[in-house]
Amino acid sequence: MSTVTAPADTTKAPAKKSGGFTAAASNYLDERTSISAAVKEFGRKIFPDHWSFLLGEVALYSFIIILLSGTFLTFFFQASMAEVHYEGSYIPLKGVEMSAAMASTLDLSFDIRGGLLMRQVHHWAALLFVASIGLHMLRIFFTGAFRKPRELNWVIGFVLFILAMAEGFTGYSLPDDLLSGNGLRIIDGMVKGIPLIGTWTSYLLFGGEFPGTEIVGRLYSLHILLLPAMVLAFIALHLLFVVVHKHTQYAGPGHTQQNVVGYPVLPVYAAKAGGFFFIVFGVVMLIASLFTINPIWNYGPYDPSPVSAGTQPDWYIGFADGGLRLAPSNLDLVLFNHTFSFGILLPLAVIGLFIVAVMLYPFLEAWITGDKREHHILDRPRNAATRTAIGAAGVTFYAVLWAAASSDIIATHFHVTMEGVIHTLQALLFLGPIIAYFVTKRICIGLQKKDREIALHGYESGRIVRLPGGEYIEVHEPVSDYERWKLVSHEEYKPLMIRPNSRGKITAGQKVRAGLSRWFFEDRISPVSRTEIESSHGEHH
Amino acid sequence: MAQDGNSGTDLAAADSSNHGHGTEHAVGTAVVATDAVPNPGFPPHRPRVTDLDPKKEKRAERTVYTLFYLSAAGSIWAIAAYMMFPIEPENLASVRTNNLFIGLGLALALLALGIGAVHWGKALMHDREGIDMRHPTRGSVETRERAVEIFAEANEESGFGRRSLIRNSLIGALIAFPLPAVVLFRGLAPEGEDANPVNLLQNTMWKKGDRLARDPSGVPIKASDVTIGSVFHVIPEELANLGHSDGYLEEKAKAIVLLMRLNPEELVEDEDKKDWSYDGIVAYSKVCTHVGCPVALYEQQTHHLLCPCHQSQFDVTNHCAVIFGPAARPLPQLPIAVDDEGYLVAQSDFLEPVGPSFWERH
Amino acid sequence: MFRNHNRSPRQQRNTGRRSPLATTALIAVGLLFTGGAYAAFSTSTASAETAHAASASTVAEGKKLFQANCASCHGLALEGTDEAPSLIGVGAASVDFQVGTGRMPLQAQGPQAPVKPVQFTDEQVRALAEYVATSGPGPSIPDESLLQADGDAANGAELFRVNCAMCHNVAGAGGALTEGKFAPALTGVEPVHIYEAMVTGPQNMPVFNDANLTPEDKRDIITSLKFTQANSTVGGHALGSLGPVAEGLFMWIFGLGAVVALTVWITARSN
Repeated sequence: MSTVTAPADTTKAPAKKSGGFTAAASNYLDERTSISAAVKEFGRKIFPDHWSFLLGEVALYSFIIILLSGTFLTFFFQASMAEVHYEGSYIPLKGVEMSAAMASTLDLSFDIRGGLLMRQVHHWAALLFVASIGLHMLRIFFTGAFRKPRELNWVIGFVLFILAMAEGFTGYSLPDDLLSGNGLRIIDGMVKGIPLIGTWTSYLLFGGEFPGTEIVGRLYSLHILLLPAMVLAFIALHLLFVVVHKHTQYAGPGHTQQNVVGYPVLPVYAAKAGGFFFIVFGVVMLIASLFTINPIWNYGPYDPSPVSAGTQPDWYIGFADGGLRLAPSNLDLVLFNHTFSFGILLPLAVIGLFIVAVMLYPFLEAWITGDKREHHILDRPRNAATRTAIGAAGVTFYAVLWAAASSDIIATHFHVTMEGVIHTLQALLFLGPIIAYFVTKRICIGLQKKDREIALHGYESGRIVRLPGGEYIEVHEPVSDYERWKLVSHEEYKPLMIRPNSRGKITAGQKVRAGLSRWFFEDRISPVSRTEIESSHGEHH
Repeated sequence: MAQDGNSGTDLAAADSSNHGHGTEHAVGTAVVATDAVPNPGFPPHRPRVTDLDPKKEKRAERTVYTLFYLSAAGSIWAIAAYMMFPIEPENLASVRTNNLFIGLGLALALLALGIGAVHWGKALMHDREGIDMRHPTRGSVETRERAVEIFAEANEESGFGRRSLIRNSLIGALIAFPLPAVVLFRGLAPEGEDANPVNLLQNTMWKKGDRLARDPSGVPIKASDVTIGSVFHVIPEELANLGHSDGYLEEKAKAIVLLMRLNPEELVEDEDKKDWSYDGIVAYSKVCTHVGCPVALYEQQTHHLLCPCHQSQFDVTNHCAVIFGPAARPLPQLPIAVDDEGYLVAQSDFLEPVGPSFWERH
Repeated sequence: MFRNHNRSPRQQRNTGRRSPLATTALIAVGLLFTGGAYAAFSTSTASAETAHAASASTVAEGKKLFQANCASCHGLALEGTDEAPSLIGVGAASVDFQVGTGRMPLQAQGPQAPVKPVQFTDEQVRALAEYVATSGPGPSIPDESLLQADGDAANGAELFRVNCAMCHNVAGAGGALTEGKFAPALTGVEPVHIYEAMVTGPQNMPVFNDANLTPEDKRDIITSLKFTQANSTVGGHALGSLGPVAEGLFMWIFGLGAVVALTVWITARSN
């Protein structure tokens, strides 16, 4: 592990005074655990301070909240589809037959003090968990934090995102209410559409014909045992790599690729990060006490016949549901006595390719640049214009799929036709990313030009002055060296020139790479050089 | 134009802001800037008001401990709320107050604790930034050489590379050992003669002479009950007698039907399906052919059926052909007739599998 | 709180509910005229009498109002025109629903008639309804006893889920139909109008005649709807009862928004 140099001029932590309970206890522990080494190693570890570096923490804390509230829920929930008669407090369901899962969820909500609160904390925190992972990933992407040496940690984070969605979906299905039952029915229909193995996969999954009496218990095992264990393991790995790599930092005066500048774990970071856990928990608690989430008593027990208008999955599955909604009609193809259900396979393939592209992006960019150096200083999104534009296109693509999942609600709330919404979104699924790409790229390059202007000539002050010769000029406020450094210290790449390899051949791979490289780096603005600054100073003085 | 193969070593020496760490790393197509602006180094430290003004410091201290006391008060409030706002049976207002007041107490406890700690960190704790130095992620040359050596020694001592029979049989054993676990999962679904999903999907419980009955009561429906413009949600009469343990939900998931009466003149019917309807009364499977949601929305003027899950639309006047949305096939029609007592009955089961497409469907 | 069951209780309940229905002789006759099937009726025992109680003077007033406000589209003799369906035999319930909720008179052609401020007094609506009811037998305005929301909420909730929720949403929050049409939200709708909508099937809503949902079933549905709406905020604000879309948006905008605002505060340097 790395050695830690003492922060610039921090007073030394006071040496442990002899005697006292703390000293005795510390000594007892250390003699048995060697914990002093860990304190020495990590106690003063530096973490840079920026709001966007806390987004991953939000995800971590949401997960802890989910674990705490979820454990409470397990004490009351019965993961069984055995039929019971509900005899609890909710009058419109009294006497109704339902599974023990649904009945116990209702009892938990209506007959256990604080039970509804914990259910709502759990569900709201789950929404926050996946949302914060999404925002965290966007931050990593747009600042280029996935570059070497962090590519594998990006993949680990990506796996966590998928696991979080799986956790969410399995949890959503547990109460066995009408909404989640219809969600499972959709899953069943999608699984059956998979060639070759679909029919049997569904049969095994549900333990017989849909809905069967097994699925809730099986999803429960996944939801409370396998998936959380995997999430924990991957979080541990994710954080281990954060320690190994040390945190990235934004460009700033004094910041280099070889240092990390920020606050030590003890005490400042511990106070802020520890306090932040309680703040996140408090925000979730506040929401849970003021806003209803998933009122299963409205939906009633699952029955294959009823369905509610506005049947949607939780937000993070929305993009997949939207993909299904946007597929064209009548795509089934019967070939060789088998049905190819392209109405399902097509959206699955599109979504699958999209998420695989997200996972592999760091490797693609590394291949194009060929840059094998470690990158610890983050890019400003504008300075990696093509990457930022690709990101914007991806976000647009996802957003269109996501919007499609609420096409019916968009139609009623904006007084437009459902068909119009769906046709528009179908067109936007292809046009939106293209438009977003070009608009974003232009904006980035425009901002780069502006940065260049500011670095060379200072800020526009808005003050117009007439020179003795009659000429009008706008006075520019000079920019300090510290501020300028943020504007000029970014990387620059050039398009790759194709060169024959050692055997005098130009491989197809190289051609592709050169093409991509041109696409990436053709439009670029070089960072301001020292000479330029000196000469611009000459002009002004 | 840039070319690969440049080395970053020289850069590292040139400017401290560059990469390299002295190890050889290709910079790829990155531009090696020889004329870069130098890093100006750390800006001077700016003290906070709490560093300069003891009064402000005192006030910050007061704020922090007040918040911590407030947090404790919130926790106590939550406990008190648990006792003061019990849930009374069948009284949802009491559930609401219970949820609200315990929640607000806990929220206060958590937020005050968190905000207090952060404020302490921001306003009162030492605020000089520290610096850690980074080291290349890769191990040092010696470490890496030693690692290679260890593997070589282990290979030598075990003969892993040399004794290929042992090695290959080991790999084979390792591949084979998880396979039984895969097989064990066959037990997830019932086995036996009739436990074949492909066969099960072909049929529903409808059979000739089954009365169409109201969902969920099981009251049979007379043709005369079905007036023009009305829609009935239908199950086989016998289904209502099934208990949940007898497969009620599984049978229902396939057998649900929507019954509508249209003006017979509006129905466009194929020759071979002419006698599947009765005087403008038609019955269609309610299970969407897309992914299986109940297609339950009937518009009595347009005669369109709409699935609320993915917006597939079916035209009831035209054998429920798909007219919009992702569904791929028309809804299967249940042939119906009227028995001696005037009740609607099925002529047979559906003549094709209901619900979503599957691989073995043809 | 709940107990396991031994024999199918569904059956028990069913038999209990079936007998009165089975003994009720219901002869339903659909009436259809050119210009679109607008309504159907059933000779429900509860209703047939009331139409005849109308006094001659209210019918005359209703006729006057009709000719002044409705006849341009529906025809002087209720026979309908190209623009609007015939009203012969639609019954008083249909008029009370359409005019009493402000849907009629229609302001502009659109995908469907929206709810507007009611243009007539209660007496005028009643007069119009009685006038139209004289044209032929149709569903009449339901008896007050069915509108008290004092029935079996559990039965009503189950019937609501099976027959109504797919369009109107399980909490009655409304939902989308094809081509810009929609099933309106049922929050705050008068029980009498809910009942009338079920028996008359306004616009694209199907008809739920008394053979499909008995008057008691309809009363139970109203009961459960009123219960749900009176108790929509058990866990706090219901966010429009729109389900996961509203919840997801709320978490992104307000939940994550608040948390991000706090991260900015946490990392901002103290003054």
